[in-house]
Amino acid sequence: MKNYDMPIFAALIALLLVAPLAVYPVFLMKVLCFALFALAFNLLVGYVGLLSFGHAMFFGFSAYISAYTVKSWGWNPEFGILAGTAVAALLGLVAGAIAIRRQGIYFAMVTLALAQMVFFFCLQAPFTGGEDGIQGVPRRALFGILDIRSDMNFYYVVLAIFAAGFLIIYRTIHSPFGQVLKAIRENEPRAISLGYKVDQYKLLAFVLSAGLTGLAGSTKAIVFQLASLTDVTWQMSGEAVLMTLVGGMGTVFGPMVGAAIIITMQNYLAGFGEYVLVIQGVIFVITVLLFRRGVVGEIAALGARLARPREETVTSPATATH
Amino acid sequence: MDQDVAIETYDLVRDFKGFRAVDQVNLKVKRGTIHALIGPNGAGKTTCFNLITKFLAPTSGRIHLNGQDITRLAPASVARLGLVRSFQISATFPHLTLLENVRIALQRQLGTSFHFWRSETTLDQLNDRALAILHDVGLAGTESLVAAELPYGRKRVLEIATTLALEPEVMLLDEPMAGMGREDIGRISQLIRKAAKSRTVLMVEHNLSVVADLSDTITVLARGRVIAEGPYATVSQNPQVIEAYMGTTDPESAPAFRGAHG
Repeated sequence: MKNYDMPIFAALIALLLVAPLAVYPVFLMKVLCFALFALAFNLLVGYVGLLSFGHAMFFGFSAYISAYTVKSWGWNPEFGILAGTAVAALLGLVAGAIAIRRQGIYFAMVTLALAQMVFFFCLQAPFTGGEDGIQGVPRRALFGILDIRSDMNFYYVVLAIFAAGFLIIYRTIHSPFGQVLKAIRENEPRAISLGYKVDQYKLLAFVLSAGLTGLAGSTKAIVFQLASLTDVTWQMSGEAVLMTLVGGMGTVFGPMVGAAIIITMQNYLAGFGEYVLVIQGVIFVITVLLFRRGVVGEIAALGARLARPREETVTSPATATH
Repeated sequence: MDQDVAIETYDLVRDFKGFRAVDQVNLKVKRGTIHALIGPNGAGKTTCFNLITKFLAPTSGRIHLNGQDITRLAPASVARLGLVRSFQISATFPHLTLLENVRIALQRQLGTSFHFWRSETTLDQLNDRALAILHDVGLAGTESLVAAELPYGRKRVLEIATTLALEPEVMLLDEPMAGMGREDIGRISQLIRKAAKSRTVLMVEHNLSVVADLSDTITVLARGRVIAEGPYATVSQNPQVIEAYMGTTDPESAPAFRGAHG
């Protein structure tokens, strides 16, 4: 089976390079941040089989860290973003160490409970600005030289961050470590019986996922010059689940397609007010009932079906021997 | 310590909420032999098995592997000491290819299993060995198939191939013949016999003709206790064993012991 992932990714980046000529760059940056969020979430649910329902804690908390360090401590944005990422990874280490002791629904519930704790912490802690959040985060020059006050300039920085995040995730999935993750997803007891200490693998995957989610969250804070409670709510964790399922869980490109669909809907259907949520709910139900593999998953399955006749002639001598 | 003993258990006990599944089992598996654990349903065979492989913790008692106490070790650690198990429901990685299935077992020794920044092409150096192992068990030419596409019997063969890739000193097989057709039974028996030439095998098995055919020693469990031990010829004549299986000591039933499962 030939792998077209990298050509597709190159084409996608080429498209995104010219996209701001046609589309509002702030909207594109929002899509990219959420796409990275969903990709990081998918690393855990799609490749380790761990459904976290608390990823907003990494997304939202990292946004606070990057917004606070940049605004109150006067850090450069690159350090703010790195700080947010590091803190999210650290939070991931703690949350992961607790959550991976349980499986399935219990794992999801533990992550949700921890995320709620982080939410209330953010609501109460003085540095987050409570209901107001941290507003007016300055967009200081990147590395002290690159002016990012213009959305057009900053868009390319965000695109670079997104591409880097994607490549880290892609490499992780296609690494020796990723092979073990897939083995754990497929059959955990068997992976143990082959001598793998699966908890350590799960924890590292959790930390990577949390850190990359933090990268997305802290970048978003600089984009919107704002960190607020919205990003730490459990609804935000739900959005990651929704984007990943709609796009295709366990596929390389699915989460970003899902993110693009959901964010586009939220933006262009904003006229419907609260009904956007109802529309989202309907789409979610339809996806789960009819297109369980998600948009990208269904396309891939279709491609595999079309390629089938050729493949069968290759494998038939082998299957005929028994 | 006895040099000839691979696994030894001392007064192994496991309780499940007041029910004693395994009751003071003293098992001695001699190195280089095929040892079968048999007994009627609910006799505690699988529990015993899970205790030895550390997938369950014993309520009391000790387990030694090559004279080393492994009672408190984690299952993954036990596997690293060379005691590798199979499962009742054939345990493959269904959406990975056959080659990848075997390679998972091989890749741990590279020491790069946590390296998420490395390309998976670094695992290609293991391909030759994985292919050789697949060839040995008669799965040559199917390495790029996904495990889920294999018929049941072949999955079991793949599972044994994956286990053999670790070159375990002791192999524990949990009902290797469960759900197998006649033809598969022959193939897997051969495979086990071949694998056992250089290692110790402990297996739980229901198919008594397979047990009679393969094992050097048989331990019979009933209600969590060992009721008989020895070669098949002795064990099959033991009145307690016949009673456990047939519910009667009537000597007329003795031949049925062989017939019922064979």
